[in-house]
Amino acid sequence: MPKQSSFSEQPIPLGSGRKGLRGTVIAVGRAAGTMRDEPDSFTDELERRLLEIGFVEGADVEVLHEGFIGRDPIAIRVDDMSVALRRREANAILVRPLTTSTRSK
Amino acid sequence: MSSWPTDAFRFALVGNPNCGKTALFNTLTGKRQKVANYPGVTVETKKGRLITPSGRKMVAIDLPGTYGLRGRSPDEAVTREAIMGEIAEEQKPDLIVCVVDATNLRLSLRLAFELKSTGIPVLLALNMIDIAKARGIEIDIEGLSRDLDMVVVPTVAIDKAGIGDLVAAIDHHAENKGVAPVTQWHEQSADEVRAAHARVQAIITRHVKTPRNADRWTRRIDQILLHPVFGILILLAILFLIFQAVFSWSSPAMNLIKDLFEALGDTIKTHLPDGMLASLLADGVVAGVGSVIIFLPQILVLFFFIILLEDFGYMARAAFLMDRIVGGVGLHGRSFIPLLSSFACAIPGIMATRVIDNPRQRLATIMIAPLMTCSARIPVYTLIIGAFIPDHSLAGFINLRGLVMFGLYATGIIAAFAVAWGFRHLVWNGQSEPFIMELPSYKLPALRSVAINVLQRGFVFLKRAGTTILSMMILIWFLSSVPGAPEGATDPAINYSFSGIIGQAIQPLLAPIGFNWQIAVALIPGLAAREVAVGALATVYALSDNEGALGATIATHWSLATGLSLLAWYVIAPQCASTIGVVRRETNSIKWPVAMFVYLMVFAYIASFATYRITLAFTG
Repeated sequence: MPKQSSFSEQPIPLGSGRKGLRGTVIAVGRAAGTMRDEPDSFTDELERRLLEIGFVEGADVEVLHEGFIGRDPIAIRVDDMSVALRRREANAILVRPLTTSTRSK
Repeated sequence: MSSWPTDAFRFALVGNPNCGKTALFNTLTGKRQKVANYPGVTVETKKGRLITPSGRKMVAIDLPGTYGLRGRSPDEAVTREAIMGEIAEEQKPDLIVCVVDATNLRLSLRLAFELKSTGIPVLLALNMIDIAKARGIEIDIEGLSRDLDMVVVPTVAIDKAGIGDLVAAIDHHAENKGVAPVTQWHEQSADEVRAAHARVQAIITRHVKTPRNADRWTRRIDQILLHPVFGILILLAILFLIFQAVFSWSSPAMNLIKDLFEALGDTIKTHLPDGMLASLLADGVVAGVGSVIIFLPQILVLFFFIILLEDFGYMARAAFLMDRIVGGVGLHGRSFIPLLSSFACAIPGIMATRVIDNPRQRLATIMIAPLMTCSARIPVYTLIIGAFIPDHSLAGFINLRGLVMFGLYATGIIAAFAVAWGFRHLVWNGQSEPFIMELPSYKLPALRSVAINVLQRGFVFLKRAGTTILSMMILIWFLSSVPGAPEGATDPAINYSFSGIIGQAIQPLLAPIGFNWQIAVALIPGLAAREVAVGALATVYALSDNEGALGATIATHWSLATGLSLLAWYVIAPQCASTIGVVRRETNSIKWPVAMFVYLMVFAYIASFATYRITLAFTG
């Protein structure tokens, strides 16, 4: 497990996460406040799909893999399953990174 | 299904993608199944029948995998419509068997709750229980059943004995079947989805114990298969293997089919008096059927690999690796395999687009598949390149002919990407579809289920595509043979047929792109399949089927500009009636094959015109 900086507790969009990032989902969709550049219709549809596939508030996530061109798309572990998505879509998920000291599992 | 009573007990299998639902369905019904096609719906639904040990006859319906009943497209809505009895041809099911992956309960239980809210009784099949046990996952089945208020039956899809309990539970339900329930459904809001997840989480916390790293094998395999370097190398190796298989493994079978049908055609010609009937049977029907069946080996080989990789869980990984490359023009990562298959033949390629869930991206993939250089173009390319391109070496090691061949392949790919881009920006106003895809855990494919699915593909192809293609083949035969040559005619018979008449009539239209009337005439039988144009040209020039002689003839009769223009034409033009027929079947519409035909024609004309004029400008 790569070490996270102990200063990384500021919430970040999952789309900016690098391989090895672990965290807890704290907001999905418009509430994440990270999708202001995208049309609301895109964000709302995205929110539903993300929720439907398991990105709910409180879910435990980890960036498992990155694509080979531009590190996109990314493979995410969501609780006990894996999901692939593009960084653009992952930006609709706001994550609080876990630090090594606060890691529960 | 005719012998089954219409009031037979009906149950629908519903579940997430990758839950092993189709394998379960295959075990339940074996070969007694058929693919049901609903008007305007391109995803596939299967129906099968079974007799329970107590002698009850039942109908099982396998509905497309889904995460929820909210259809994100008309296709996806088919699962809900079938359950709610909104499909005219289908009655409401008496029971829903919700198939859940025991190793991945979270999403499936949310679906189970949504299914239950419709009012139809739901029975939970806790599938892949063997894998869950092997991974150390402990599930309190009684507690789960109590909290869900559903009968829960652990199952192992591929084990016939293991599903006896499931059949017994369904039978028991049928025995005590009450009045048909009133069904209802409303689209869940985002917050309702959140609430459902919370409810599922509570149940999982209470009844399921998952050890840490339960699925460590999937994680380990992904370390390699999704690796930025090794992952790509392995993908390329797999693609190379598939390509090899489709091209070379199927060629003995294809040659055999070709020989068989030629022999059959010859037999008919020797036993029937020479005339229209013999020609219709031999050149129209037998040759037409042969030209359809000859694709079957390629289709079976291709689908064997695709279904095997899909069941193993690799297809999602391939899509992940390829998404960035094809995603730039609005395609889905999963578009990659169908496009690659189209280098062999667009027909299996277009059929393989079924792995793309999103209908727009599937349609875009179908529309560009014919631009991939298929093997039927090779004889045409070889003929023209051999006649016009000198066998020179460039810089000592690059063969000019090889370079031109490569250029033709590259042009097709570039054109395809340009069209896909145009589709996204001009037809769909730049909307892009989210790419969110589960990466299922790896599972050993059940060979019996793979075999059933591959054979089903073959039957679907023969039945649906076969009828359309055959009728087109007969039409093309008719155009090229009727009316026959008059008494004492000196020219080849085709010149007097409708093909000859049409070809000479449209020649003025083709003159600006440098085609003479001989080419125009040959293009019409060439619609049967691209390579047929070579034989047709030989016929028009009244030569025996000898490529060397034909090459020499066209080299003297055509200008370089005409030769290159015809090459450009063959890169793009829809010179394949079979492809159009398959598009008609796969899109379940008239609109899309017509659109494909028109856009490829226009595009080909422009490309040939430009090629002709530019070459003329250089060569005078």
